[in-house]
Amino acid sequence: MTERKPRLLLGNEACVEGAIAAGLKFFAGYPITPSTEIAELCAAYLPKVGGKFMQMEDEIASMAAICGASLAGRKSMTATSGPGFSLKQENIGFAVQAEIPCVVVDVQRVGPSTGMPTSAAQGDVMQSRWGTHGDHEIVVLSPSSVLEAYTLTVSAFNIAEELRTPVILLMDEMVGHLREKVVLPDKSELAVKDRAKPELPPGQYKPYADYGDPSKVAPLAAFGEGYKYHVTGLTHGEDGFPTNNPDLGARQIKRINDKIASRKNDLPQAEELFTDDAEVFVFSYGGTARSAKKAVRDARAMGLKAGLIRPVTIWPFLEEPLLRAKAKEPKAVIVPEMNLGQIILPVKRVMGDACPVIGVNRLGGRYIEPEEILDAIKEAIHRGSAS
Amino acid sequence: MALPLEKYLRVGKLPHIWCPGCGHGIITQAIIRAIDETGLNSDKTVVVSGIGCSSRAPGYMNFDTLHTTHGRALPFATGIKMANPELNVIVITGDGDAAAIGGNHLIHAARRNIGLTVICFNNNIYGMTSGQYSPLTPTGSYASTAPYGMVERPFDLCELVKGAGGSFVARSTAYHTRHLTNVIKDALKYDGFAFVDALSQCPTYFGRRNKLRTPLDMLNWMRDHAVPGSSWDKMTPEEKEGKFPIGVLVNKPSQELTKVYDELLAKAAAEGGRG
Repeated sequence: MTERKPRLLLGNEACVEGAIAAGLKFFAGYPITPSTEIAELCAAYLPKVGGKFMQMEDEIASMAAICGASLAGRKSMTATSGPGFSLKQENIGFAVQAEIPCVVVDVQRVGPSTGMPTSAAQGDVMQSRWGTHGDHEIVVLSPSSVLEAYTLTVSAFNIAEELRTPVILLMDEMVGHLREKVVLPDKSELAVKDRAKPELPPGQYKPYADYGDPSKVAPLAAFGEGYKYHVTGLTHGEDGFPTNNPDLGARQIKRINDKIASRKNDLPQAEELFTDDAEVFVFSYGGTARSAKKAVRDARAMGLKAGLIRPVTIWPFLEEPLLRAKAKEPKAVIVPEMNLGQIILPVKRVMGDACPVIGVNRLGGRYIEPEEILDAIKEAIHRGSAS
Repeated sequence: MALPLEKYLRVGKLPHIWCPGCGHGIITQAIIRAIDETGLNSDKTVVVSGIGCSSRAPGYMNFDTLHTTHGRALPFATGIKMANPELNVIVITGDGDAAAIGGNHLIHAARRNIGLTVICFNNNIYGMTSGQYSPLTPTGSYASTAPYGMVERPFDLCELVKGAGGSFVARSTAYHTRHLTNVIKDALKYDGFAFVDALSQCPTYFGRRNKLRTPLDMLNWMRDHAVPGSSWDKMTPEEKEGKFPIGVLVNKPSQELTKVYDELLAKAAAEGGRG
């Protein structure tokens, strides 16, 4: 195999290359910082691979258009940032309910509202989980490097296609605007997955089939293939038509929730560093995890037993690495986030009273420095030894 | 024995949810007659709607059908058409769906001249939520949210779409059933964005509050106030007062968006973009 040359790529650029490698054929978006490069590069690159780019009249229309394109059989994506992510929420819920595969990129910036448009934050963590109304599960992935912006975009498409669901790639400005030397995987090394197509003839096809096993997902016919099926945001039966039957309705809602929960182990798992003998764990994701990794390495160099858990799938919340940490009776779990404390809430829930769970939180767009996390590690180990 | 148009309906999903006397069934029938007479391939025809009484129509129609979110039928349909331009994409919407919450999408779809056939079931009221005023409710009319009479001015939807660059604009009513079928046929044949303002009656939530108590009163009102487009242009402003034109009001050739996009694809493949 010939050695590939390293390239200097922007996180947003790697996301677009990953999307095209995964088979993206339709992008709809609306200009917004700091995600705009994704739209601009889709406008430039997609037509070269027979794909289409559309700049829609607003964020809501962009989300609607990718749902439509996906139902017509094309892999679809949109990208946005804070305010635009808020606007997309209703139609994200439609994609959840109608089980439409698509990818939504949110390059987080400082909020609430217009906030600080070019500055980094991780304030959309809870919105990515609960932004749309009603009971639902959603898959949210968080890259922390330019390479991961590429590989996780491919994963996002694969998960969307396999689970028939919207997948959110929750980037942050740090990663989106990071320029890093990367060697992208060769296309032949990528596993690209496509949605299952119906094997039953029209008339027998159930677009929302309930197999009694929520991990099994009904195939999705494309519009125009002769299946003549119905898609609605209303709670529906297996044939896709609305139902007011309380039992059928409850069953459908439960099924789309269990669908994702039952496939937790298939989702990208956490990266762990020095967790075998760690006394203090740092739980960190996205751009902030870069500082966390350095802090943990520096702590080890000083003889302090720190370990890193970096969740790659943010939602559903994968408890397993934390449960293993909990079994080691750690002195503390430190959760650095560029918000007032969002992912720390499920971390606290899992850890219970086992140990202190300490937030390191920054606002206003300033990155969290490794020293700030290292200080928290030192303090936790010192306090843990004193008690 | 199956009726001639039955193949276009999901008979098992009937009866429909509309009130007795509602005009929406008449317009739905005109659409399927127009589809039949135009000879559209039903496997390649998609019907998309938003939210409201009108938007329940696709559920009864035997095509690929998509019942979307409130106001957003047009951008969903835009995604479908862009993804697969060989599909005939019909959008069924209402006056609240198309002109209030979805108004921005309406003007932009018209501006783009994307190949969608849009039928607006215009009963000038929010029927599904029991009679609130819409942007089409005439000034002075009563609605549940206009108990003292509507103080705002209504849109003229045909003028709105025309102003946004719409190159096919037509209007008809639930009274003029044959005429309605014919303008929908013309809209289906038009290669580009085609808009039909189809006046419907809501006796339950508009008529009862506005001295048009029966469906027949409302249909007669349409008969008495509609003027063929050919006569309309010769009328004085005084004669036009309270009346409205029906027929194909705008029909001019204009290149359809997905065909323009095909040229872009060829160009991108040949030379690459700049910027």
